[in-house]
Amino acid sequence: MIITNAKYFKSVIFDTVVGIEATIDGVEMSVPLDTNNRHYFEILKQVDEGTITIAEAD
Amino acid sequence: MSTLKSSAEDLTLNADGSGNDIIFQSNGSNVATLDQAGLLTATTFAGSAASLTAIPAANITGTLPAIDGSSLTGIAGRRNMIINGDMRVSQRGTSWAAIANATYTLDHWELYNNGIGAYTVTQDSTGPTGFANSFKIDCTTADASPTGSDYLLLYQRFEGQDLQLLKKGTASAESVTLSFWVKSNKTGNGQVNLQDMDNTRMIGNTYTISSADTWEQKTITFAGDTTGAFNDDNGESLKIEWWFDSGSSYASGSTPTSWEAAASTDRNAGGTLALADSTSNYINITGVQLEVGTAATDFEYRSYGEELALCQRYFETSFDGGVSVNNSSAAGTIVAGGTNSGAITGYVGLACVQYVVSKRAVPTITVYDADSPRNTGKCSRHKLGTARGDNQAVVTGDSGTRSFSAYSSGTHTATGLIFHFAADAEL
Repeated sequence: MIITNAKYFKSVIFDTVVGIEATIDGVEMSVPLDTNNRHYFEILKQVDEGTITIAEAD
Repeated sequence: MSTLKSSAEDLTLNADGSGNDIIFQSNGSNVATLDQAGLLTATTFAGSAASLTAIPAANITGTLPAIDGSSLTGIAGRRNMIINGDMRVSQRGTSWAAIANATYTLDHWELYNNGIGAYTVTQDSTGPTGFANSFKIDCTTADASPTGSDYLLLYQRFEGQDLQLLKKGTASAESVTLSFWVKSNKTGNGQVNLQDMDNTRMIGNTYTISSADTWEQKTITFAGDTTGAFNDDNGESLKIEWWFDSGSSYASGSTPTSWEAAASTDRNAGGTLALADSTSNYINITGVQLEVGTAATDFEYRSYGEELALCQRYFETSFDGGVSVNNSSAAGTIVAGGTNSGAITGYVGLACVQYVVSKRAVPTITVYDADSPRNTGKCSRHKLGTARGDNQAVVTGDSGTRSFSAYSSGTHTATGLIFHFAADAEL
């Protein structure tokens, strides 16, 4: 997966981080912080490899 | 009473001569005939039939008596562990050109193409008798000399909690039998493997495509594995993989016909299809069934609605007719708010979307606006009676396995939001 523009986002209701907005293979997606989610798993992998970083939420 | 009898020696009844039978009569009528081939035909039969064995199924005709189902084995509902084995469900679309590596196409089927040519995948509308669809891979850019780490293969993945019936890791581990239909212009051997993702083990075998451009059904039985239990959860525990081509890194070992510690070099060791070597090449697959036991049974047809629901555990969308930024249909669009007064910029919401089927895990959500072509990660904002604004900021959140919410923080003056979505919880 080619992942760019990764950035945390917060809950609509609560002021807590609930996911990552990212462009994955050219498509903007909202990725939950769930290790069973294949996109989140890949984001963590690429962060560990130093390929990407995740920007803080607004 | 008269008796035909011999004592202390055989008694021979001989209807000598070609075509002559031994006929038994009672009260002047024939009641039984023993012909030259040894076939005994009688008007009635009485007895326990306890010593009748190995009766060919084809010879069991007529109305069967009531049978106690508890004595039947090898017959059970929901035999097929494969989802979308007849390739009917394809929510994402029906054709993918120059398909990228690790791409889900037809529902729950994922194609891997790592540097070994280019392919168009389609939900083909051909199949063997009884199947209206098949998964077609068509080579559009050839690579006759793949490098070591190149590969082309097709996956389906399984949750561990759906595999407990295999009793893997126990002395009672079950065999499974794979059956599928395949057609290709290429002849030769293809390799199929089961990959145990919890214990890093594998087993595989090959099948042979004997005739080009001809549908052939293939069957492979994999032994049970007494080592390494599957996790009982919603994570990936098993994948089944069809190899079509690869470099030497995946082919320099030997076909793992028994369970072994997973070895990359074995994964395509028996494969000779070389699907990448010409743009004339294609392969179609359908009618895929994986079932417990050592015998392949007839394909288990499920209704479209059942199959779609099984697929929607992993992927769901509001689009009719395929997920695409070029799908301009408004059918199924999520619309929230939109009253004709009180329009504002900034926060507009809130849309709450409940999935048709609960997801395997919290899904990745892609939101599409109403533009043409659509923008991803954006929504449209609207107010009744005024022009909508596209390409507006949208935030999804509070996402779970059953629902998610979305609001817009865009700049277009509006009272509501409009969008399509796709929710991906594939393994």
